[in-house]
Amino acid sequence: MSDQKTPGSSRVGLGKRGASAPATGSGSGSFLEVRDLKVHFPTADGLVKATDGLSYTVERGKTLGIVGESGSGKSVSSSAIMGLHRGTRAQVSGEILLEGTDLLRLSNEEMRRARGKDVAMIFQDPLSAMHPYYTVGNQIAEAYLVHNDVSKKAARARTIEMLDRVGIPQPDRRVDDYPHQFSGGMRQRAMIAMGLINDPGLLIADEPTTALDVTVQAQILDLLQDLQREFNSGIIITHDLGVVAEMADDVLVMYAGRAVEIGTTNQIMTKPEMPYTWGLLASVPDLAGDPEEQLVPIKGNPPSLLDPPPGCAFSPRCRFKEHVSGDLCTTQLPELTSAAGATHVKRCHLTDSSVLKQEQPA
Amino acid sequence: MSERPILEVEDLKMYFPVKSTGVIRRTVGHVQAVDGVSFQVEKGQALGLVGESGCGKSTTGRLVTRLNKPTSGAIRFEGDDISDISPRKLKPLRREIQMIFQDPYTSLNPRHTVGSIIGAPLAIHDVVPKNKILPRVQELLEIVGLNPEHYNRYPNEFSGGQRQRIGIARSLTLQPKLLVADEPVSALDVSIQAQVINLLQQLQREFDISFLFIAHDLAVVRHFCPEVAVMYLGKIVEIADRDTIYGHAHHPYTQALLSAVPDVKQAEVGGRRERIRLQGDVPSPINPPSGCRFRTRCPMAQEICARVEPPLMQIGPRHKVACHFAGELGQSPTRPVTTSVLGVDDQGSPAGTSPATPVPTGPGYDQQWFDLSSQQVISA
Repeated sequence: MSDQKTPGSSRVGLGKRGASAPATGSGSGSFLEVRDLKVHFPTADGLVKATDGLSYTVERGKTLGIVGESGSGKSVSSSAIMGLHRGTRAQVSGEILLEGTDLLRLSNEEMRRARGKDVAMIFQDPLSAMHPYYTVGNQIAEAYLVHNDVSKKAARARTIEMLDRVGIPQPDRRVDDYPHQFSGGMRQRAMIAMGLINDPGLLIADEPTTALDVTVQAQILDLLQDLQREFNSGIIITHDLGVVAEMADDVLVMYAGRAVEIGTTNQIMTKPEMPYTWGLLASVPDLAGDPEEQLVPIKGNPPSLLDPPPGCAFSPRCRFKEHVSGDLCTTQLPELTSAAGATHVKRCHLTDSSVLKQEQPA
Repeated sequence: MSERPILEVEDLKMYFPVKSTGVIRRTVGHVQAVDGVSFQVEKGQALGLVGESGCGKSTTGRLVTRLNKPTSGAIRFEGDDISDISPRKLKPLRREIQMIFQDPYTSLNPRHTVGSIIGAPLAIHDVVPKNKILPRVQELLEIVGLNPEHYNRYPNEFSGGQRQRIGIARSLTLQPKLLVADEPVSALDVSIQAQVINLLQQLQREFDISFLFIAHDLAVVRHFCPEVAVMYLGKIVEIADRDTIYGHAHHPYTQALLSAVPDVKQAEVGGRRERIRLQGDVPSPINPPSGCRFRTRCPMAQEICARVEPPLMQIGPRHKVACHFAGELGQSPTRPVTTSVLGVDDQGSPAGTSPATPVPTGPGYDQQWFDLSSQQVISA
């Protein structure tokens, strides 16, 4: 991590916020603002630009969905918000403003106080995210004890209350169980309880339902949606477009470490403007369309981040690049420009996106 | 239906023993992974097996390929029962039935080149002379859309989607008649999934291969399989053609599965539709619930469900369902529909009368079926 000094810890009031989430200044701009975030990993083979110049905002009370394939940088950029690259060889730069405070400029101690209290994260695989030797209750209570000066007894009571809220039956008994005694769905519920026990302003859920069966996934999505009203803002990272369609207000599509399209969920799902987003939607079979119809796959493979293609990273796989004059796509990286309306931006040279609509899958 | 089905599975059971710890490892119970499953795969067709993890769909696939020996039941491949044949006789069978595995990262030996992985079946079965193996390998690489010059590379030099293509090429080497595809796309990224599905469909048309397609993704199965079986805790709860399963499912579990799938189309209507919410998790297959195995999570379970197991009844020309209260979503009957078939009263106690109508339990579909509305057996 970059050894930036903190600009005086006194103005960083983050870790000292009351347990109840402040609802002050409702609607006053963005809650989280990420500006030009870069996460680069030096490796023996060269510099891997896992996230390269990512900017987005999450409005207060809204949920942002980040979609992308494996290696697109969606998890890496979000763990940067949690400060999880500190102490590793990753080179992180840019700004991550949470309620105006740049998380990247916090000292390690300040970040430790903010982590879990102001921003919390739920991980994909709840079995490996929990310690097998400690009881579930112990691990959840630990998160509470770190941030609050309370007795163990009070922490335990709070843990049971949280387990009850996330729908664990008989929470006063299950609190003493070990992770292996929980089913996959219950473990994910316990992870959510752990994430929310300090009433964080921002909850990041990294593929929260990928490891789960569909019926259990539905339960967890229901739970997250119920809880969404209680915490301020959320980021949900997933590769499942269906999950995003149900959970998110806005969607950020990532490809090769960059944002390629940002818009409201409705805009992205119904009127994609960037060929990659269009391709993602066209390649997923759904439960409504004609089952005999051929899927339209995106040809080729995602690019190597060690040696990304020049120009637009998606150009080698893009079926619409002949609609762009010259070799613009392979030589020049397109900027994020307004596509349709102020809330919808895309990174594409294609000026006339009606070609996408002509081939729009039913 | 005129032709003999390529695969017929009847009352297939697989119980894995659960041993106690200690020196004398007594068998203390059984995991009833597959418990009385019957189905047919027509020649050149694809049957989809769907269900949640632990429902026995993968075990069924491994039994059909005889990677495991079933506890009981029959697996008839082209009419011959292969459930109990000797290892010596298994070898020629391997040429006919092949498997595509879920995880392209663990199912390829990292220390073998792609050429030797794909060529191994040819050498083992001695089908072509040694000097002809390489041209055949290159031909196969070409078929699955890989560069034929890459036969000398190792699996780690390929991406996930490419590795799955290598696995598919290996399964095609011996020109099998039946392919068991166990979650062939679930480990792949969405943009790659469509490539592999299209490849499998193209191969199916080109080589007239029959598929047993195992997956948990209902949308993928709908796209690939004209016929679908839904499994729950070791049993098939509903089996029907595609339109019936996805449009007129009669089993509450099928309905719940379908309504649980998060759908891209939801964004258009703004928000989420009402779901049938299933409570809790799948019970343990070591000690499954009495009667209907789904009853512990079923929103409409009644007393009869705990007492009597519902038979897998044929209720349409190509539709079988195992539920006492079978009916379309929102139109499930208030009285059990199975009483006359089972000879029990509404609570599931024996009614004294002998079963009025025999239930065919065979793997295929009959010309006669039990009509739910008239409670009569009618014929096509």
